[in-house]
Amino acid sequence: MKEVSGKKVSYVYFYIGLIITGLVISFLGRFQILSRYYLQIFMFMCINIIMTVSLNLINGFTGEFSIGHAAFMAIGAYTSCIFTTILFSSSKWPPYYQIPFFLISILIGGFASFALGYIIGLPILRLKGDYLAIVTLALVEVMRSAIKLSDELAGLFQRMHLTRLSQIIQQIGGPRGLSSVPGFTNIFWTVFFTILTVFIINRLLNSSYGRVWLALRDDDIAAEMMGVNISFYKNLSFAIAGFWAGVGGGLYAHILRYIHADNFNFIKSIEYLVYLYLGGMSSIWGSIIAAGSLTFLLELLRIVNMQQWRLVIYPLILIIIMIKKPEGLFKRDF
Amino acid sequence: MKKIKAADFIFVTFFLLALGFYIFSYGWIVSAQQIINGLQKGSMYALIALGYTLVYGIIKLINFAHGDVFMVGVYIPYFVANIFMNQGLQLPLWLALVVAMVGCLLLNMLIEAIAYRPLRDKPRLTMLITSIGVSLFLENFLALDPHHVPFPINYLVFGPQFRAFPTLLKEKAYPLFKGVMVSNIKIMNLVIALLVMIILEYIVKKTKMGKAMRAVSFDMDVAKLMGININKVIAFTFALGGALAGCAGVLFGLTYGVLQSPYLGLWPGIVAFVAAVVGGIGNIPGAMLGGFLMGIIETLALSINSNLGYGVTFLLLIVVLLVKPTGLLGSPYTEKI
Repeated sequence: MKEVSGKKVSYVYFYIGLIITGLVISFLGRFQILSRYYLQIFMFMCINIIMTVSLNLINGFTGEFSIGHAAFMAIGAYTSCIFTTILFSSSKWPPYYQIPFFLISILIGGFASFALGYIIGLPILRLKGDYLAIVTLALVEVMRSAIKLSDELAGLFQRMHLTRLSQIIQQIGGPRGLSSVPGFTNIFWTVFFTILTVFIINRLLNSSYGRVWLALRDDDIAAEMMGVNISFYKNLSFAIAGFWAGVGGGLYAHILRYIHADNFNFIKSIEYLVYLYLGGMSSIWGSIIAAGSLTFLLELLRIVNMQQWRLVIYPLILIIIMIKKPEGLFKRDF
Repeated sequence: MKKIKAADFIFVTFFLLALGFYIFSYGWIVSAQQIINGLQKGSMYALIALGYTLVYGIIKLINFAHGDVFMVGVYIPYFVANIFMNQGLQLPLWLALVVAMVGCLLLNMLIEAIAYRPLRDKPRLTMLITSIGVSLFLENFLALDPHHVPFPINYLVFGPQFRAFPTLLKEKAYPLFKGVMVSNIKIMNLVIALLVMIILEYIVKKTKMGKAMRAVSFDMDVAKLMGININKVIAFTFALGGALAGCAGVLFGLTYGVLQSPYLGLWPGIVAFVAAVVGGIGNIPGAMLGGFLMGIIETLALSINSNLGYGVTFLLLIVVLLVKPTGLLGSPYTEKI
């Protein structure tokens, strides 16, 4: 009992460290000491931290097993891009309109993922273990093929004389991808959202909601006997993790400036699973350090011209962790 | 029990309705041709699905790497046929089957010994994650370009390029009725698949090893107490699954005649997994039925729209798992829900 309620993990060092690193990197970037490539790596590190910490909420703290995180990322990315690129051509606006608008569209993307997570969670969270894994895998693939079918949907609306709607859906691009997304994401926003993610998830875990999630992880039948509404809390954790994944996806889309349904495939989910299991389940520090360092280390392969080994190394790390140290490198927080 | 029967009824009704709709909009002749094509694909899917079902029945593992073992089964006869061709010989079909089956059998046993055996008493999810890792490793490792990797590895990897599968059998088409065609390859696929399934049924039902397999699948601990060598039985099961995948690999080569890349096992593997779930995972006749059913459903959906065929398979998976997770022929007792 004491172990569950007495410990409070603080991430102040992480917040300060990330802010300082962000300041230093943007300073060096300003004076052309570091090229845009390094700034981009830093932003990808932050996004991977957001994604891994939010995946940790489902897989680590609630004890479900989802490999469908890329689907939430796709929804967040596409929704925010629909707002910034298709509905409003915001790249032509003056900057002090762009910034709040970007913030709002990222959050709308997050809320779309939240809604998807809650609605999808209603039927599929009845499943457990490997069956849940497969349905979430199927979710990723259904989402991918649904995005690719957007042209057919546009044609359908055209035949129903909903011309404006049809034009909007036409611009999502289906198999062509959605291009000319404005590059709004910068170091400030990635650092801001990373800190917000870690802060809010940490606060949630220390609240009564967090207690329930940990109880569900340890023994869901016992939790139900204590009067916990299991399906509501499972859905909530799925939806909140989905929200942050959607935010991550929105940031990701506005760095790359071009998104395609194939960006958000099964391999993307596996990437986050590798970060999560390397860092250790139920450990936010583990997720942060594993996601950050692995992103950086695997970028080093590009420098020594071995980037084709990247996709070989991910699964190899996963297999070795599972066989040698399935609890991950870091100890559990709770 | 009554509820399960209702779900069965709904499922079959929906399938028949969809089929009726397809026949209504595309006509009898196209439909008959597509169903024959679907049976050809289905025989391949059924063989892969049997491998999933066998492994799940024994150690309750969804072996994600199975699709990639199948992929190796497509590549092995290709390389052997090339060696034969360099000597000016033609690789006979039976030898291609034997080579592919033996190669995949060994590979599957190797994977089991290295990756799954150390995890047998750990939580079940660790084994699942490992199998995902093995699958991705096989795909991405074998897809490395041999010109860009150091010496000992460049003889192991296949490379990402397109390759043409050698013709093991000259295709001859026979008209069946009103323009519906049947080719000797289609007949050969069905015959090989059915033959292998009969042999499998014999092994599982009549031999001593089959009896041991069924005992382990029923209760592993009690089987251990009765003096059954668990490691041997599990290795044998993986070997059987691998051999079936190798056989399916040769059928794939005969059907498509082209090897896209080492990622080609991903899609048939996933469809075959869905087939195993639809038929009732852990159930051998169920996997055969599910395989043929998935072959037909996928062919029909693909003929409407290429992206639709992709989504329909997964939608079917989600619906089956939510409405009737035991599958069409599965036993009603599961711990899943």
